[in-house]
Amino acid sequence: MNTAQTITIAGAAGQGMQTIGFLLSKALIRSGLHVFAVQDNQSRIRGGHNFFSLRVSAAPVIAMTKSFEMLIALNQNALSVHEHELGAETVIIYDQEQTQSRPQKGHPCNVPLKNLALGTGGNEIYSNAVALGAILGMVRCNCTVLEPLFKDYFSGKQETAAANYAAARAGYDYVLNNHFISLPMPFNTTSNRKMFINGNEAIALGALAAGCQFYAAYPMSPATSILTYLAGKSEGFPIIVEQPEDEIAAISMAIGASCVGVRSMTATSGGGLCLMVESLGLTGIAEVPLVIIDAQRPGPATGLATRTEQADLRFVIHAAQGEFPRVVMAPGSAREAFYLTLKAFDLADRFHIPVIILTDQYLADSYFTEDPFTLDRLPRERYFAKPVSPDRPEPFLRYQFTETGVSPRYPVTGNNKELMYDSHEHAESGHITEDALTRTRMVQKRFKKLQGMASRISPPLLEGAPDADLLIVGWGSTYGVLHEVTAALNQEAIPVRLMHLQELWPFPEKTVLQELSKAKKWVVIENNYTSQLTGIIREKTCMNPAGVILKYDGRPFYYDQLLDEVRKGVDG
Amino acid sequence: MISLKDYDNDSTPSWCPGCGNYAILPSLKQALVDLELYPHQVLLVSGIGQAAKLPHYMNCNGINGLHGRSLPLATAAKLAHHELTLIVIGGDGDCYAEGGNHLVHAIRRNPDITLLVHNNQVFGLTRGQAAPTAERGFITKMEPQGAPLPPFNPLTLAISQDASFVGRGYAGHSQHLTDLIKAAIRNPGFSMIDILQPCVSFDHQHTYAWYGERVYHLDRNHDSSDKFAAYHKAEEWGEKIPLGIFFQKARPAYGRLKPILEQGPLLLQPPTSPAAIETLFDEFL
Repeated sequence: MNTAQTITIAGAAGQGMQTIGFLLSKALIRSGLHVFAVQDNQSRIRGGHNFFSLRVSAAPVIAMTKSFEMLIALNQNALSVHEHELGAETVIIYDQEQTQSRPQKGHPCNVPLKNLALGTGGNEIYSNAVALGAILGMVRCNCTVLEPLFKDYFSGKQETAAANYAAARAGYDYVLNNHFISLPMPFNTTSNRKMFINGNEAIALGALAAGCQFYAAYPMSPATSILTYLAGKSEGFPIIVEQPEDEIAAISMAIGASCVGVRSMTATSGGGLCLMVESLGLTGIAEVPLVIIDAQRPGPATGLATRTEQADLRFVIHAAQGEFPRVVMAPGSAREAFYLTLKAFDLADRFHIPVIILTDQYLADSYFTEDPFTLDRLPRERYFAKPVSPDRPEPFLRYQFTETGVSPRYPVTGNNKELMYDSHEHAESGHITEDALTRTRMVQKRFKKLQGMASRISPPLLEGAPDADLLIVGWGSTYGVLHEVTAALNQEAIPVRLMHLQELWPFPEKTVLQELSKAKKWVVIENNYTSQLTGIIREKTCMNPAGVILKYDGRPFYYDQLLDEVRKGVDG
Repeated sequence: MISLKDYDNDSTPSWCPGCGNYAILPSLKQALVDLELYPHQVLLVSGIGQAAKLPHYMNCNGINGLHGRSLPLATAAKLAHHELTLIVIGGDGDCYAEGGNHLVHAIRRNPDITLLVHNNQVFGLTRGQAAPTAERGFITKMEPQGAPLPPFNPLTLAISQDASFVGRGYAGHSQHLTDLIKAAIRNPGFSMIDILQPCVSFDHQHTYAWYGERVYHLDRNHDSSDKFAAYHKAEEWGEKIPLGIFFQKARPAYGRLKPILEQGPLLLQPPTSPAAIETLFDEFL
C-alpha cells in the first residue's frame, strides 16, 4: 500500500554522507519523485557513526521509517551498527576493501568504491561520487541527472564537476554490469520542479520574505544553520547578521534593532533561550515586536546536543517572571515553517509582542520536497502610527491606553517626536512609575491585546475520518509522521482522526474542546516524558486523554514503529 | 535655536539629595546642546541602577532596558539607524559587573557609541554593596571586614584592548566633564568615559572634599595616542587622580564594516524584494 522506499547512507562523521544524501535526494526529486530526508548525527566533527536517511516515493512523503530497503555502508562500523536492522530483501552497497566483513543478511552488493574512484579520478576523494552513481544504478535512475547537479554543487569548478560525474558514472556502470538485483523506482520526468528544503532554511527564507532586516544569534545546535544561511545572504541583501558574544547579547541586539524600527529576529536552542529569558520579559513589558526561534533539543542543560525532543513547550509558554501576552507557534513541515515565520513577524508587529517559533532538531535538519512557496500576500504591513513632529510640546505616549491594548508606535527616525521604551512599569509616556492605578491599568492594557491575538490564531489542523472514535492529538514537528499514520490507518479501514496544533498560544481551546468532546477516545503523541500538551489541554478544557504515546530517546517518531504502536492501541 | 530647555522634561529624579548624578545630568545636556544635537536625534540607552534611571529625567529618545544589557542593545540600535547619536548611561554595577562581558566585546566591536559610566564604587539602588571598582578594604554591610578584592580598573582594560576613546571625568568638574562628553560624542567609534562620583549615602570616605584634593586634569604634556603613557596614567590612583582623555585610537566604527550601510541607514532601506526572494527559491530546486 505504501510504496515508499528508505535508503540509509551510514559512515563516520566527515565521510560525506550528507553530501551523498543531499545530491541523491536532488537527483531523485529532479527525476519526479518525492523525498523526505533526515540526518542522524553524533555531536562530533570526525569519526563515530552518523547516517543520512531518505525516504522516496512517487507520492508526497513526510515521515521517516526505522527500517530501510537499501543501506550504503561506508565503513565496517556502519555494517555492524545496522546489521540487526537488515531484512531478507535489504540491498547493501559496501566496499569490501573498506569493511572487514560481508553482510550476512539481505543482498550484499560489493562495489569497489575506492578503486573505482582511483581509477577514474585518480583520488580516493571521489569514492562518494562512485557511491552516488552506484545508488542511482541500483534504483535504475538515469545517471545524466547528476551532471547539472555536480555543476551546481561545485559552483562553476568545471574540472571537479566533470571528475565527480565520471566517478559516479563508473559506480553506476559497475552496478549495472555486476549486480542483478535492483530497486527500481517510479520516475516521472514530466513533473514540476520541486524545492528540497529543511526546516531551518524555510525559517530563514520566511524571515527574509517577511522583510526581516536584523538577525543576531549565537551558534547553537540545532539552530545554527539559520545563522549560516542568513549570514550567507547578508551580502547583497538588506539584512544585518550578527554573531555576538552570547545569547543575552543576541536577543538584546535584536531588541535594540526592533525598537528603532526594523524587523528583527533571533534563534537558539533551549539552553540559549534560558539565557535570553530576562530579555523575553523585556519584550513583554516594553512591548517590543520580536520573533524568537527555539529549535529544541533534549535537555536539561547540554542534554543531547544534536538530537531531537519536544520538551520546551511549557517552558516557552511560561518563560520569564511576571505575566505578559505572547504567541507560540510550532510548524509541522518546511512549508509551514516558511508561512508561520511570515505570520510571526506580522503578529509581532501588529501587537508589539514576542512571538516564539518552536521547532526541534528533527524539523530543523529534515529535508522536505515542496512546491515553491508563493509570495502573493506578503504580510509586510508595519502598523506604525502616523509620526508626530518633534515640535509638538506634549510627549508621545508610546504606551497610551487604547481599546485594543495596542498603543501607537513608530520608528526612531531622528525626525519624529522622541519616544521612550522602558523595562520598568511605566506611565503612558514610557517613564517610570510606581503608581498603583497606573500599574493595574498597564497590566490590563497589555492583556487586552490577548483578544486580538487569539482571534488571529488558526485552529488546529483536522484530518482523517471526521466521525472516527479515535482522535490522535499532536503538535509541531510530528505532523508528518502523524499525518502518514492517520492516512495509513484510514486506508486499512481503521477510522482515525488527527488533530494537530501548530499555533499553540494563545491556546485555541474552543476548537480543541469541540473536537475532544466529539471523540470517543483521544490519545496524545509527543516527543517528551511528561506529555506537556496533555497538561495544557487539561488546564484549558478539564479533559483527560485515554492514553499517551511518548518518546524521549532523542530520536524522532518513525512511521513504521508508530503505526504499529497506534494499531496496538486500537486493538487494545 | 536649541537650548538646554529642549532637553528638560517634567520629571523629578529619585536620586538622593547631593548625589553626583545631579551634576552629570546637566553636563550631558550641555554637551548635546553645544553640539547642536536635538533631542529627537539622540537615543539614550540604559540598563538598571541609579545612573541608568537618567533617561527618564531628560527629554530625548530612550530605551531603558535590563541590568547590564545596554551595550549590545545600543550597538544594534546604532546599526539599525547609524545617523542617530547613541549614548549609553549606566553605573559601575551595570557596566562593569553585570555587563562586563558586553563591555569587552563593545570595545572590540567599536560601534560609534558613547558610554558614560557613573563610577562611585558602590551599588546605590541595592543599598550599599561594593562595586567592582571599590577599593580593597571598603567596608559595607555585605563586607564588614572590608572588600577583599583589588578594584577593577576600567581604564587599563579599555586601553589594553585599543578602545578608540578612553576618558575619565569627575562629577564635581562640570565644564571639564561637558567638554569630555563632547569629545567622546565627536569620536567616531566606541568612547568610554568613566565618571568619578561621590556617593553621599553609602560612601563617607570618597567625598567631594576627598576627590577635590586629588583630581587634576591631564594637560598637553599627555600624549593620548601613546598607549603606554595612557596605561601608565590609568594606573595612577591615590594621592593624585588624573582626569581627561587618556587614550584615543583611530579605528573604523563597527557600522563601517557593514557594506550595506553605505546605502544609508538600514531603517530607511526597503527590505528584500519579493523578486529577490524568488531567486532564492531557485537555489533549492
